[in-house]
Amino acid sequence: MGIILVLIPISLVLIGFACWAFFWAVGSGQFEDLDAQAWDILAEDEPAVDFERPTRGGRRC
Amino acid sequence: MAVAATECFHCSEPLAGRTVVHARVRGEDVPVCCPGCRAAAELIEQLGLADYYRFRTAPGTRPAESADQWAAYADPRVAESLTRRETDGRAAVVLIDGLTCAACNWLITRALLQTSGVLRASVNAATGRALVVWDDARTDLARILAAIAALGYRPHVVTGGGVEDLARRERRGHLKRLGVAGLGMMQVMTFAVSLYAGDAGGMDHTIRAFLRIVSMLVATPVLFYSGWPFLQGAYRALAARGLTMDVPVAIALLLAYSASVWDTLHQSGAVYFDSVVMFVFFLSVARYVEMAARHRSTGISDALGRLLPATAHRLRAYADGERVEDVAVARIEVGDLLLVRAGEIVPADGKAQGGSARIDESMLTGESAPITREAGEAIAAGTLNLDSPLRLRVEAVGADTTIAAMVALLTRAQAERPRFMRAADALAGRFLSAVLGGAALVAVLWLYLDPARAFPATLAVLVAACPCALSLATLVVVATANTALARRGVLVARADAIEALAKVSRIVFDKTGTLTDGRIEVVGFSPTSRGDERRAMQIAAALEAASEHPIARAFVRGGGAVAVAADVRYAAGQGVEGTVDGERYRIGHRAFVRGTAEVGEAPRDQAILLGDRHGVLGAFELAESPRAESRAVVAELRAAGYGVEIASGDSAAAVRRLAEQCGIERYGSRQTAADKLERVRALGAQGEFVAMVGDGINDAPVLGGAGVSIAMGRGSALAQASADLILVGDSLAALPEALRVARRAQAIVRQNIVWAVFYNLAAMPVAAMGWVPPWLAAVGMSSSSILVVLNSLRVARPGRGH
Repeated sequence: MGIILVLIPISLVLIGFACWAFFWAVGSGQFEDLDAQAWDILAEDEPAVDFERPTRGGRRC
Repeated sequence: MAVAATECFHCSEPLAGRTVVHARVRGEDVPVCCPGCRAAAELIEQLGLADYYRFRTAPGTRPAESADQWAAYADPRVAESLTRRETDGRAAVVLIDGLTCAACNWLITRALLQTSGVLRASVNAATGRALVVWDDARTDLARILAAIAALGYRPHVVTGGGVEDLARRERRGHLKRLGVAGLGMMQVMTFAVSLYAGDAGGMDHTIRAFLRIVSMLVATPVLFYSGWPFLQGAYRALAARGLTMDVPVAIALLLAYSASVWDTLHQSGAVYFDSVVMFVFFLSVARYVEMAARHRSTGISDALGRLLPATAHRLRAYADGERVEDVAVARIEVGDLLLVRAGEIVPADGKAQGGSARIDESMLTGESAPITREAGEAIAAGTLNLDSPLRLRVEAVGADTTIAAMVALLTRAQAERPRFMRAADALAGRFLSAVLGGAALVAVLWLYLDPARAFPATLAVLVAACPCALSLATLVVVATANTALARRGVLVARADAIEALAKVSRIVFDKTGTLTDGRIEVVGFSPTSRGDERRAMQIAAALEAASEHPIARAFVRGGGAVAVAADVRYAAGQGVEGTVDGERYRIGHRAFVRGTAEVGEAPRDQAILLGDRHGVLGAFELAESPRAESRAVVAELRAAGYGVEIASGDSAAAVRRLAEQCGIERYGSRQTAADKLERVRALGAQGEFVAMVGDGINDAPVLGGAGVSIAMGRGSALAQASADLILVGDSLAALPEALRVARRAQAIVRQNIVWAVFYNLAAMPVAAMGWVPPWLAAVGMSSSSILVVLNSLRVARPGRGH
């Protein structure tokens, strides 16, 4: 049973780490918008295009 | 991506009778209804975001025509008052109209991030706001607003950025507290299970002391960080000599915590850290749910901003004549001369100058027919100038306008509304006071009988009476019901909406935009001797094909694209002239279409005549078309025993017609917002619990004053801000189901409360006698809570009729 004297403090450290990570996530705004990111993974990867510039044009030829 | 060629690829508007335009998306030519939609579709394609069309679950909104209206925001003085400085750029909160599904969020976020100069962008779907941060040197507010508008949405800059900041800080604070409480609870529960098992099966003393100390280490931050709002609230209430629910909660928490700390340090008695953390966690969840609902209902001040346009055209006299300059509406002053172009919303109260104008006042009065205002007559802000440019001398701006008075009426109605949450709070408060009194009595009795057992017995009472199951009883049901309703397209905007909805006995509908979909249709044609109905419709459709006017769209839908008109000429405010099959026709007002008399007595403003060179061919009768589902929904509601009636600002004839179509017997017409509010109050006085369904600005005060209010998803922002529930899908079909869910939720809440109270009452005397060992109390409490949660989940089950 003595092993829990070691394991439980380790778990406490992990909990501390989990709390820190959670605070960091909240603080950096990761819970502000729970919808848009979910759509990102459905999108096909395409190189970003500058909004101000016209597109690469027709690729048909 | 199979799109029926009968509707617009972008906004799903029917294409019948329009000159079809094509947009290139994903290498295909897709039909769209107008250049605006083509621009939006091709822009989305250019940005590489065409996936939007695959993922969206609702059609897009049609972009507004004029793109240069944002130019006024490029003015640094305007931008200064609307934005704030961040460390790396400038930030603004933008309210976005037209968010119809989650794909919209994605689209806007991605498109903004691809705009050069934008540093950060995020859209919060729940509040409909976007936070944008950009580099001042590379772009400006005007370009960002134009970018959002180009996608087909309507952006509005929120001035009260500070309020938004406050809300965000509150949201994050609550979330952190909830996270700490949750993590802490899981830990302490595992230790508690070991301790209870140890109590039952024997446990080494060192291990037991160790587990207790560890529990204390975890429970301390949970109580003093996550539970801080409750302790603080209790302190404030006591300082103000009041008794809120926080007081007994804080006393129970502190008592259980300090007793447990004492027992831990002296290695005696029992510890209750598990009860403490569990209680804090559930209370935090309750607070979080309440806060989320509060944030979701957007502020009324924002709503007022959304009703008026962002910019106005000011006429300035110079030596060489008059010039038009675009200014932000906030900078208009009394006495300014404004130009309101056709199809624009009037930005301020004022008097018409020079000529007359046809004004659509439906958002203010509910009257669907346009009203002609002559020179010198007053025109209210928020109304729509239909078809000719209008010169307006400003008489009132901002808070002095008619529409601001409407907002004030709404605020008052809301304040006077009975709050159910308070009643529920009071009940729980009384229950907790009784528990505290009981615990004190037990403590006194045991001190008298056997001082050594006084403390454990008192604590056992407090734990047994821990209203976990009771606090879960409504909470879980409400959360489940909210989710179930959201899945059916009903957004719950206020915490007590479900409770109120379950009490409804009578439903009052607004007419325009609620029972009808706001579209006008041709319902009849009275021909003269030379007229033929079918042919007349075809000619009318051909003449009106290219117009965006709502009345014109009615003809196009009615007549189809059989004939084609050439050489079309528009007479602003009068009508249209054009050649069909070699014959010259005119459609429009009496004075415009040559020849008068002969035909019927349609109301003055509604009469649309068709004529050729020889005289009038006939008169069209126009009316709003009811929603497809209106009749069925009304029938279903009546079958379920609800009283149904209409309250409308429109003319008696128009309301009677619709009431007959929908099968409603009771209706009121020509009612102002105050009249409607009066009617709702009168019903309330008769003992009816009224649900008001509406969409317009004129409905907002009534929505605020009704027992429970429901706004349409495409309705005005003000109506939504004052509503308890929003029918997101803009369809009435979800209403009967929402009422069923609410009633089921109410029944389940009642079962839960009966069970929880029964359990607590049964357990307390036993605990008071000192017969309940801690592990048994915990098992009892947990299973009672689990039972309540499982029962609550039944709300989400698909309905089986009523």
